[in-house]
Amino acid sequence: MNVDETDLPGLGRRKDFMTASGRRIGVVEYREGQTELIVSTWDDPDTCQASIPLTADEAAALGNLLGGQRLAMQLSEAHREVPGIVTRQFSIAADSPFHNQPMGKAAIRTRSGVSIVAIMREGEVLPSPGPDVVLHPGDLLVAVGTQEGLDTAARILRNG
Amino acid sequence: MDPLALTLIELGAVVFCLGMLARLAGRIGMSPIPLYLIGGLFFGAGGLVKLEGMHEFAHLSSEIGVILLLLMLGLEYTAAELVTGLRRSWQAGVLDLVLNFSPGAILAILLGWGPVGAMVMGGVTYISSSGIAAKVITDLGRIGNRETPVVLSILVFEDLAMAIYLPILTATLAGVSFAVGLQTVGISLAVVTVVLLVALRHGHHVSKAVHSENSEVFLLNLLGAALLVAGLAAAMQVSAAVGAFMLGIAISGATAHSATRILEPLRDLFAAIFFVVFGLNTDPSTIPPVLGWALLLALVTAATKMLTGVWAAKRAGIGLPGRFRAGAALIARGEFSIVIAGLAVASGVVPPDLAALATAYVLIMAVTGPLAARFVEPVVAMLRRPAKSSAVRTADGV
Repeated sequence: MNVDETDLPGLGRRKDFMTASGRRIGVVEYREGQTELIVSTWDDPDTCQASIPLTADEAAALGNLLGGQRLAMQLSEAHREVPGIVTRQFSIAADSPFHNQPMGKAAIRTRSGVSIVAIMREGEVLPSPGPDVVLHPGDLLVAVGTQEGLDTAARILRNG
Repeated sequence: MDPLALTLIELGAVVFCLGMLARLAGRIGMSPIPLYLIGGLFFGAGGLVKLEGMHEFAHLSSEIGVILLLLMLGLEYTAAELVTGLRRSWQAGVLDLVLNFSPGAILAILLGWGPVGAMVMGGVTYISSSGIAAKVITDLGRIGNRETPVVLSILVFEDLAMAIYLPILTATLAGVSFAVGLQTVGISLAVVTVVLLVALRHGHHVSKAVHSENSEVFLLNLLGAALLVAGLAAAMQVSAAVGAFMLGIAISGATAHSATRILEPLRDLFAAIFFVVFGLNTDPSTIPPVLGWALLLALVTAATKMLTGVWAAKRAGIGLPGRFRAGAALIARGEFSIVIAGLAVASGVVPPDLAALATAYVLIMAVTGPLAARFVEPVVAMLRRPAKSSAVRTADGV
């Protein structure tokens, strides 16, 4: 992927790329530290249709969503041969009973047979997290298991 | 009345009026500069009310206003940005200079104001208002647009050009001989180069000298350094404004950003007083006779800025609408045109008509510039529609 970086003297820096559908998408990073998501219009890649200011948390959450999607797609691809195995993502809400708790406390594998294969946090992937990894609000858990097992895991993460 | 009481009342009334004007400007989404100028015209020489008490304070404040305007212009871009900007966009910058300096200079010659008048008016029509341009680009959500770096790098070039132009202007206005003038210009060129080099290599030392975590200490350090450097520059016959500008360039990195934040309210106050004082010293009755010339100059220099932007954006591979947006963003003239005219008027070697012409010109350009930037997009779209969009529409079935 070829990301263009352009200086904006006095303001900051623009990082963007052209999507296959012909739209330019990227971020503007201001000198003062704010981030803005930019999307060009469909008919003119020079023009921005939207510039959306994002807080640090929002930018990280968006990064997780996009990155998690990709990881999930790769995993589903890998498990296609095994019937009955599904990949799903769970996000840790701020009111989840397990936020700021080590993951082992939820005992997801014992109770539902589901494996947490990765955690997406602030745009980074933590692969095969151990039971002592502490869950933060906003974390995205990538889980692999059966349909029923995943439903159980979702209930556990929500209700304890 | 007690002179102190009179001064306070006058000053308070003027600043209060400025506040209302700024609010009005914000409400209708325009730059407050033209309103400040008009406010100044109403009072003072030949105006409705004569203000006597605040003269001394207002005069000194407007000098400080100029120093702060230039200091913050210097702070706006880092030395690295200036150097890369110069390397990457000097062709557009030179075109900008030639196209936009000439109309003012030619008109001054035609009006018989001589080479000094030409030097001044050329500067007035050349320099875009980076303040208005940046505000327009932000307000219209165009920061992520592809033509925006083109516009910004032209502004960066103008910034550097000011560093060379202002000392030349000061020397010309002082009426020094050609040899002395050349020497002054040589010195200031050397100073510009040294400051840039120092800022590039050792900018953090300069920044460290003024920086403080305590905002009170930082503000006093900054203001003290700016006034000191400006005063020393003035003592060496280089303009005070240039000194402040150089200091601004030398301060870099994080210090420059926090300096901008901390100085902004002071700049707003003193610059507003500067615009009012400029208006105060301009007799409103001198404006109607030059209004025709101001309109003509506005028309021509709007076209030449547009041409500059279109050419530069085309070179950067921007599509048609983006080219016109780039041109329109550059049209506004404002604070620095008035700074140049102000320096000239203060020296007393230019005819009073020049102040009137510059005032009328900036009034027109500061108002029409943002409007042009806003409406260029729909206008270009409308002109292109008959040729293109009908075909696209049927194909998409929208």
